[in-house]
Amino acid sequence: MTRYLASRAVQATITLVLMSFVVYLLIGLMPGDPIDLMIAADPNMTSEDAARLRALYGLDRPLVERYLAWAAQALQGNFGYSRSFGQPVLAVLWPRLLNTFVLAALAFAIAVAIALPLGIWAASRPRSRVDYLINLLCFAGISTPPFWLALLLITLFAVTLGWLPAGGQADIRPNTPPLAALADRLRYLVLPVATLALIQIGSYTRFMRGAMIEALRQDYVRTARAKGVPEGGVRWRHAFGNALAPVLTILALSFGGLFSGALITETMFAWPGMGKAIYQAILDNDYNLALVGLLIATLATMLGNLLADLAYAWVDPRVSIA
Amino acid sequence: MTCRLVLLVLALVALVNPARAKDELVVGMTQTPTTWNPLISAMLAKSLINNMTARPMTAWNADWQLVCLVCMELPSIENGKARVVDLADGKKGMEIDVEMRDMRWGDGTPVTSRDVAFTLEVGRHPLAGVTASESFKRIIKFDAKDDRRFTMTIDRVTFDYNSLGLTLLPAHIEKPIFDSNPAEYRNKTAFDTNSTNPGLYFGPYRVVEVVPGSRVVLERNPTWTGEKPYFRRILVRIIENTAALEANFLSGNVDYVLGELGLSLDQVLAFEKRHRDKYDFIYKPALIYEHIDTMLDNKLLDDRRVRQAILMAIDRRAISEKLFEGKQPIADGPISPLDPMFSPGARRYPYDPAQARKLLDEAGFAEIRNGVRHSAKGERLALEITTTAGNRVRELVAQVIQSQLRQVGIELRIKAEPPRVFSEGLSRRQFSALAMYAWVQRPEGVPRSILHSKEIPSADNGWSGQNYPGYRNAEMDAALDAAEREIDPAKRRALFADIQRIHADDLPVLPLFFRVDPFVMPKQLKGVVPTGHLNGSTLWVEQWRWEN
Repeated sequence: MTRYLASRAVQATITLVLMSFVVYLLIGLMPGDPIDLMIAADPNMTSEDAARLRALYGLDRPLVERYLAWAAQALQGNFGYSRSFGQPVLAVLWPRLLNTFVLAALAFAIAVAIALPLGIWAASRPRSRVDYLINLLCFAGISTPPFWLALLLITLFAVTLGWLPAGGQADIRPNTPPLAALADRLRYLVLPVATLALIQIGSYTRFMRGAMIEALRQDYVRTARAKGVPEGGVRWRHAFGNALAPVLTILALSFGGLFSGALITETMFAWPGMGKAIYQAILDNDYNLALVGLLIATLATMLGNLLADLAYAWVDPRVSIA
Repeated sequence: MTCRLVLLVLALVALVNPARAKDELVVGMTQTPTTWNPLISAMLAKSLINNMTARPMTAWNADWQLVCLVCMELPSIENGKARVVDLADGKKGMEIDVEMRDMRWGDGTPVTSRDVAFTLEVGRHPLAGVTASESFKRIIKFDAKDDRRFTMTIDRVTFDYNSLGLTLLPAHIEKPIFDSNPAEYRNKTAFDTNSTNPGLYFGPYRVVEVVPGSRVVLERNPTWTGEKPYFRRILVRIIENTAALEANFLSGNVDYVLGELGLSLDQVLAFEKRHRDKYDFIYKPALIYEHIDTMLDNKLLDDRRVRQAILMAIDRRAISEKLFEGKQPIADGPISPLDPMFSPGARRYPYDPAQARKLLDEAGFAEIRNGVRHSAKGERLALEITTTAGNRVRELVAQVIQSQLRQVGIELRIKAEPPRVFSEGLSRRQFSALAMYAWVQRPEGVPRSILHSKEIPSADNGWSGQNYPGYRNAEMDAALDAAEREIDPAKRRALFADIQRIHADDLPVLPLFFRVDPFVMPKQLKGVVPTGHLNGSTLWVEQWRWEN
């Protein structure tokens, strides 16, 4: 096990180094540079100002040279400053990472908690009215654009009913009691979490339903039924464990998304998370911020892959990672 | 008895929740300020918030008059506080005397000439990361007479000698940081590392909380010596998506959306139809100039009659009526009619397709084949208009122009590019015929960077300058140079009239519209006065109030 984890860690390191180089080059090759954006925003900037700033930010140096300088600093733990925020990159990303994690993890947990039983329920009654209804709702969830769903929820719960805030984060005043502060934070989370969860529920339910139907068709399920095992026992003790393996893989792979953010949901609800930060950094030519943000997303995806492999071995004794 | 009990309960409720004046205003806007340092980077979002926490030495007010905000009296030749002097190198320069108001930073430290000297030092330093350093470099001498009076010497005679848009840095906080390493100043400035330090602010408000990308909280600055602001607290919510911002506004999560950086014009026009009775609407023409650059290296466009014909074939009034309900004023040149330097005498181009056809005939494009004009040499009058993708209104305008030019025999292809691709191509002059975009201007600004022949970007000058059409006219160059040097307003106005006349005759740039800033004002909010220029309405935030 230790050897396996060590080899995966080495693979991850190599992948991260390669990714950092590729991402740096891709960002650097995009048209325009930060100084072009400054010129567009400031009619007082002269051509001398532009040349001075390009030299100051190192933008007049070859791309590979710039990457090597960045990598040398990164090895010492200095990931550079965000040009857009005037702060160290990690200081900018850390609170966003936390925000995104809270948002995505809550949505993920709710989606899984609803989708798995729903999928099992639908699988146990294939082609019934309940199954058709669940399928219909799943397809509706999968095909609903997140921005539209977000607007719909905002219009209903914030504008029309006025029950929930339309976006942003809680504005906790000093001396607010902890429970009231927590309640306020949760109020701001309800709509973005609901949007993300509703969109995930559809696909997770479909995966669970498909895997469960497949498992219920297996010979060992027929044998269990022939032996007189009650239907609940057949479903939960015999079929569920085997159906869970492929679903766990899908869920673990979704883990990466918990850190890389949900761009549209974050934008619609003015939630300062990773997705929005990375997107804006790319638009603003904020090289350091975009690069480190994408590397964190890469690392999270690799971690998700590792979790998927471990989970697979855990639920299926035939799989060995030794 | 029941009635008495109800009254008693109501009285108790009233005592617990007495009717209070609204002392907090929640403001929404669509952009996240980056650095809070007033010298590093120019960004509308930052300046709109900085306006509430600090003041520039001078600013243009809502009547487009230059006024003192930190200084006591605007220096001028007439009041003797500005004068032309001989410099050591034999050239002419100017001396300006300034006296500052009694002001204090939020930690009680007085705002002094030392802060001015330090701000100039940072502005001039090549490693400080200040974006526009020209206005600092021109100040070649600074003499502090005492804590509140100083004299500055500038290296030239220039019309904008008293436009001191300088926002001060607190020397007592920032100087040690700057002195330790000027090259790292932009990363270490206390404005970003310790944004809630009260000593950084001397305006009516100070920053008490910053959640980047989400909100900024301002509270009254107790050391502010001017008019006491009405609102105790201003919460600025940043919501980048305009649809979400509108929903927040409607739900009451946001009290007021900044007109300069809030809802789009088409959004406000639709909003007005639905909520006319609940809000006041102001459409303030701004100094954002929508126009079409023509590529003068293109043989099809080098005859100015072709350019004039194109402009006459575009029905700008109809576009404004149909797409903007007439709110967007038509531009006749680069100078806004609201600008004190505007000259009404320059040639205008009304919609006249018949005249456009005649001009095209005269320019040699008389033969029409399959609806498209051709020259005698067989050149097809087919042009490409490049613009930014994702700007729905601009894409719509391009389509209307395409259809209108077809009526006079000009074929137009639309090429919409992502903004960064577009701006890269523009700065390298890589557009084949026409480029439609907007330009931000300042009051009384000389349009040198867009019209002077020395401002044509090329590989030789490192692609600097913004004269993207490649326009060269010695008469225009002379008028631009003279307008920059002329300090007599009447003579400068005459030079501006020349600039507008020459521009209207040559048409290197086809004027379209001046954009408007749409303000949706809750009826209770009073005192917000849109300006339409770079000195936004928040500079007078202490006059805002809420009347139930």
